[in-house]
Amino acid sequence: MNEFTSTIGQPNAVSIGFFLAFVAFTLVITYYAAKRSRTASEFYAAGRSVTGLQNGVALAGDYMSAASFLGIAGLVSLKGYDGLIYSIGFLVGWPVIMFLIAEPLRNLGKYTFADVVAYRLRQKPIRVAASCGSLMTVAFYLIAQMVGSGSLVKLMFGLPYEMAVIVVGAIMIAYVLFGGMLATTWVQIIKAVLLLGGATIVVVMVLARFDYDPVNLFDAAVLRYGPKVLEPGGLVSNPWDAVSLGIALMFGTAGLPHILMRFYTVPDAKAARKSVFYATGLISYFYILTFIIGFGAMVLVGQDVITGFDKGGNMAAPLLAEVTGGIMFLGFIAAVAFATILAVVAGLTLAGATTFSHDLYANVFRSGRSTEEAEVKMAKRATVALGILAIGLGIAFKGQNVAFMVGLAFAIAASANFPALLLSIVWSRFSTVGATASIAVGAILAVGLIILSPTVWVDVLGNAQAIFPWKNPALISLPAAFMAGWLGSVLVPDTDAQAKYESQRVRNYLGVGAE
Amino acid sequence: MPIVSIGSLDQTRFQELVTRKRAVSAVLSTLILIVYFGFILILAFRRDLLALKVGEHLTLGVPVGLAVILSACVLTGIYVAWANSVYDESVRDLVDGMRGKAK
Repeated sequence: MNEFTSTIGQPNAVSIGFFLAFVAFTLVITYYAAKRSRTASEFYAAGRSVTGLQNGVALAGDYMSAASFLGIAGLVSLKGYDGLIYSIGFLVGWPVIMFLIAEPLRNLGKYTFADVVAYRLRQKPIRVAASCGSLMTVAFYLIAQMVGSGSLVKLMFGLPYEMAVIVVGAIMIAYVLFGGMLATTWVQIIKAVLLLGGATIVVVMVLARFDYDPVNLFDAAVLRYGPKVLEPGGLVSNPWDAVSLGIALMFGTAGLPHILMRFYTVPDAKAARKSVFYATGLISYFYILTFIIGFGAMVLVGQDVITGFDKGGNMAAPLLAEVTGGIMFLGFIAAVAFATILAVVAGLTLAGATTFSHDLYANVFRSGRSTEEAEVKMAKRATVALGILAIGLGIAFKGQNVAFMVGLAFAIAASANFPALLLSIVWSRFSTVGATASIAVGAILAVGLIILSPTVWVDVLGNAQAIFPWKNPALISLPAAFMAGWLGSVLVPDTDAQAKYESQRVRNYLGVGAE
Repeated sequence: MPIVSIGSLDQTRFQELVTRKRAVSAVLSTLILIVYFGFILILAFRRDLLALKVGEHLTLGVPVGLAVILSACVLTGIYVAWANSVYDESVRDLVDGMRGKAK
């Protein structure tokens, strides 16, 4: 195999051209979307005008972050089979959303998942608790994305880290501030199509060298790096830790605020259900592609070359694009990766801003008596504030080990958001105290145990021995959140809420009265 | 959606609908849990099974992993097919009934 000199990291006219074209095109969309982003329903939920298919593609776009594209392809290129384990974990949350969450969420809520939890319960305590869970999830996810974006853009374009973070932050603010959910949705759709298209082309070009048979590619990988690459390896050294990670990935997806918020953009529960089906199919396809891209990079680029650019393997996919399609194609894939980061942070920022304006400002601070105009104004202010905060945090965490933050976001989503959301839908006796306790226990345990775990206590804080043995707390924190929800509801029941369950059930199952 | 009164809902049929929907959701959720955690537990406790050879170099882990991914698609597909036909039809009947009686 010939070693080659890559142009990665040098400003590349092709990638800059592709990227500018993407930004220009999406800003034009934002300009047109701005005219339809004035009311609350328009700003938060694109006027409920998105179709099931469009929302499915946008959901896939929200979920296929640069971390999963570059990160998982890189992981597969260095570790082989183990990379697939992560992909599977990220995927299996989608059926859970389909069977348990999507339709009730759409029928019962308006803009956020806190709408559903607070449907029968006392508004203020529930909104405050759910907002904490929501904002923590968004914040950790956002920091991970911003830091990742700064490093990736620096690696690919040679742009200084701070500059990259500011560019991403500024464009993202423009999308959300002016175009609201409508622009954010279309940015996601365009990015998802580009990403899936680009990845498909890479895979076809790789397989072309192996008689279009993936088995030949796997055989070539084994011949070069040994049988280990097709066997599960050391990634799951502790069995219980593996189960705990599985729980966080499976139920965390169903508690991610930016994903849940998407279900309000479609007209009804039927469209919500269709969108999950499309999203599941697209994300499955995408993960199968990244598996082949990873092996392609392992064989055609070589592990030593990949780690030469980035120890974590993040450059595997761009390097493979360059090997198979030259500088033109590298430019295209690099621009797609940049666009991916932009779209994901836009979705996160919108979800965070909505929590501030809809849950905290309108329903807690103004006790549900604010005007729609004031609420949208607050949402826009929150967008700017969050965007600037994201840039600040991205720069503050430069060079820090933030890999644990995505895991943390999933652990909080699975422990604080998911149990309360599910119980509020299915259990008539769920009470205000139960819900608040469930969210609080889930969030505190998820954060607390991660701080005591090897990922933070040893890797970040530099202690010799971790106090909590597993890297992921969900196996403890998720059942504990359900227990707290049950205990709180039994000890302090809510007769008002029980009385309202019947009407909630009719709206949940029949969609009667849904907004 | 015109306002309809819940009082005119056919409670027996509604109860049946809720029970059926919960059963479908529960069965499908259990299936994906079994598939996924079955995979994770094998991975955690009997890793060697996934390293068995099924081709010259290919291991059992690759087709099994793909099967887990496909099962997620198939199960969501089954749910959508059921909900789009059987469930939506019952919902339509019930809501029409509510409107009819409300008039």
